[in-house]
Amino acid sequence: MTERLFEGADWDFHTLQRITDACEEVALKDLGLDVYPNQIEVITAEQMLDAYSSVGMPLFYKHWSFGKHFAFHEASYRKGLMGLAYEIVINSSPCISYLMEENTATMQTLVIAHAAFGHNHFFKNNYLFKQWTDADGILDYLDFAKNYVMQCEERYGRIEVERTLDAAHALMSHGIDRYPGKKKLDLRAEEKRAGRRRQHEEEVFNDLWRTVPKGASKSRSALSIERRRKLLGLPQENLLYFLEKSAPRLAPWQRELLRIVRHIAQYFYPQSQTKVMNEGTATYVHYRIMTQLHQQGRITDGNFLEFLGSHTNVVFQPEFDDPRFSGFNPYALGFAVMQDIERIVTRPGDEDREWFPDIAGKNDVMGVLRDVWANYRDESFIAQFLSPKLMRHFRMFHLHDDPEERAGIRVDAIHDDRGFRRVRRELARQHDVGYIDANIEVVDVDLSGDRRLILHHHVIKGSQLNETDAKRVLQHLADLWTYDVALIEVDANDKVLREYVVSPRPIPAAVA
Amino acid sequence: MPIHIIDRRLNPGGKSLENRQRFLRRAKSLVQGAVKKTSQERDIKDVLEGGEVTIPLDGMHEPRFRREGGTRDMVLPGNKKFVEGDYLQRSGQGSAKDSGPGEGDSEDAFRFVLSRDEFVDLFLDDLELPDLAKRKIAQTESEGIQRAGYTTSGSPANISVSRTVKLALARRIALKRPRKEEIEELEAAVAACTDEDEREVLLAQLEKLKAKSKRIPFIDPLDIRYRRFETVPRPVAQAVMFCLMDVSGSMSEHMKDLAKRFYMLLYVFLKRRYKHVEIVFIRHTDRAEEVDEQTFFYGPASGGTLVSSALQAMHEIVRERFNPSDWNIYAAQASDGDNSYSDGELTGILLTDKILPICQFFAYLEVGESGGSAFDLSDSSLWTLYERLRNSGAPLSMRKVSERSEIFPVFHDLFQRRETAQEKAAP
Repeated sequence: MTERLFEGADWDFHTLQRITDACEEVALKDLGLDVYPNQIEVITAEQMLDAYSSVGMPLFYKHWSFGKHFAFHEASYRKGLMGLAYEIVINSSPCISYLMEENTATMQTLVIAHAAFGHNHFFKNNYLFKQWTDADGILDYLDFAKNYVMQCEERYGRIEVERTLDAAHALMSHGIDRYPGKKKLDLRAEEKRAGRRRQHEEEVFNDLWRTVPKGASKSRSALSIERRRKLLGLPQENLLYFLEKSAPRLAPWQRELLRIVRHIAQYFYPQSQTKVMNEGTATYVHYRIMTQLHQQGRITDGNFLEFLGSHTNVVFQPEFDDPRFSGFNPYALGFAVMQDIERIVTRPGDEDREWFPDIAGKNDVMGVLRDVWANYRDESFIAQFLSPKLMRHFRMFHLHDDPEERAGIRVDAIHDDRGFRRVRRELARQHDVGYIDANIEVVDVDLSGDRRLILHHHVIKGSQLNETDAKRVLQHLADLWTYDVALIEVDANDKVLREYVVSPRPIPAAVA
Repeated sequence: MPIHIIDRRLNPGGKSLENRQRFLRRAKSLVQGAVKKTSQERDIKDVLEGGEVTIPLDGMHEPRFRREGGTRDMVLPGNKKFVEGDYLQRSGQGSAKDSGPGEGDSEDAFRFVLSRDEFVDLFLDDLELPDLAKRKIAQTESEGIQRAGYTTSGSPANISVSRTVKLALARRIALKRPRKEEIEELEAAVAACTDEDEREVLLAQLEKLKAKSKRIPFIDPLDIRYRRFETVPRPVAQAVMFCLMDVSGSMSEHMKDLAKRFYMLLYVFLKRRYKHVEIVFIRHTDRAEEVDEQTFFYGPASGGTLVSSALQAMHEIVRERFNPSDWNIYAAQASDGDNSYSDGELTGILLTDKILPICQFFAYLEVGESGGSAFDLSDSSLWTLYERLRNSGAPLSMRKVSERSEIFPVFHDLFQRRETAQEKAAP
């Protein structure tokens, strides 16, 4: 078993095949991973830049904003401000991993272990990805989207299509279903349910209820408001969905475009919620696989040191006062928590037994980790598994910045017994998309009046919308709705903080 | 589990090209403004080089609902000395905003690199050859020939052997002309045959075949095809640019520099329209000579000023080397406006009778000393002369320039795309 996978830094396609086979053996046998079939593609730096600008997907519809990102990335890459990723991996089946041709053989091994097995397992098993994405269909869907947009451009003109897509992109972050929809019942189930309800009524029947006085019946106008809101499915936080279904004057193809943008936003929704976990998983997996290959003697000491060098760079966490600091590094945090779980499962201390009674000393590392990978997202993962030891290790502290406070920014909690839970809760909240995105929903449409669309922004902790951006987004929204749109910012006590009203721009004569 | 390893490196590149073009198209006015600004700072020599431009992001902004302000909570790593309840001083006024996520505000200027072609395209995009020149281009077409299928008649030099043989073969097969081997086989059979009767039969057969092969020729005149050519009008795709400059003592370095910049712009512009552009440098004092570029701009010369000498030289060069039916002729004259009084009439005649009729475009650039406003000065003798000609209908363009920064606007002004009624009507 001491046959080396490769010597030195050079590789060819046979080497890649050997590396993949070796990684697969470790991943499936030792770690018990469950992955989609792999497809590994070697690409150049230019192709990597291409992929960057189309959000990493191999095919995408054409839009100027991708060109803008391409120009931006290209400029900073050329100037050496930015390095390129070693790989990009796509949540599809087969799972496509792009490897840069510049990588050395060691780096290719690292990247294959990281992407083709780590990320791949996470994509296939995490509940969010299972719930919201369709790995088998995504490439076909993108192909459809690309062709559809192209056909629309031919038929209705590039400018028109661009205008609709611009508006849809502006609302993209609010084009997501955050909860799985209600399942439609079939007739048989419906009958069963009705039967059960009747039975329950019979069981609890008491004639006395008849004599209890009823409250004042709802007024006619209140009823009609309720009815209207129900018909329109309000309140609705998925703005794109609402426009697609209810905007009065959109052409069918415009609705389809909104739908495409909405679907793609939904496809990426799990990724934004699992950055720490996803990278943590992949980093943990590549670390295990590389170590295993080294122990088997399939990688030389020199190559292993090279791996450790880049691994250490990846999981480097600068401290808050370091000029390189830009928030928590998801690789560092994720990897640290995964390793910490391994420690808790195998060599727990008293503190760990108290904090993690369920997993401490359970000894089945991979079983516990696979369960974690399948059933958590960043927020719940941190809230559940960030241990006091790690908080001490990172020397975490919680700052509370109230602009009203003259004395300055208060240190609210630090890594001590009194602070552990507060620090952890706050860090978990920082990774909660429900908390990061502004909470905006459609609440009503003035159907009897001027058809004004009314939205509410529920302001949390006094953080209001940026005015210029809000106006621009609302302009797009109004253009799609084609009547006035009002956005009202209300605080927790329903006090109106601010109101925006935007009218649609006149539609150019070209639109028939 | 089967693993597919694919080499994508050979896939055609430029996947983002289309998106990039869309971006440029959309940002056109912004990029154009930036290009012009950049090009003013640059040496005109480098104008062609493309390079980095910065555009305000405002027009290209992709808005999103963003929140800002309010109470903020954050968890950070690397605590060294804080304990619960400490207060940190806010560092300065804007620190709270700076540390926000690096989107939005920090992105308000956008830098990116334009390729050489993109740069020049945008640089000259809203410029057009003047109408006068366009009309002339339409007339000055030469004829070219191109292949146009086959014909049954023509010169022997144009016989298409392959086509002819192909047709002949088809005809021979259709008419069942006996092949050479068939006849040889039969002849062999006759020679080998011993039986007299059978020999008779075979001989008769042989005769028949031979007769048939004689009747049906190997190549018939019917089969012969000639390559056919037809003439097509081909627009003249070459231009010559005459740079005329007064190098008498009154022309300062600054004035020459202005002229040089103008010539270069013209060169870049013509280069984009024509496949092949030649430049002829004619400098003149009281006599004119054709010189190379180095001498033209930097060579010392002194003497009086006779503009007509340069025009005469240009006329001769055109007659010798640049047949107006083959070449588009452009001329740009730079001068400080001095001319001998006695030369005025001759210059006028040369210009109207000889030069202007063969030129697509003739521009006169009067360069002045830096700081002196071109409009305050009384008109120079040459300016007065040209203005008189122009007023009497000669197709002349003329401008005054005294500052470097005016060069581009003036050039732009000369070639600006003008939407004439004619253009609008055209499909």
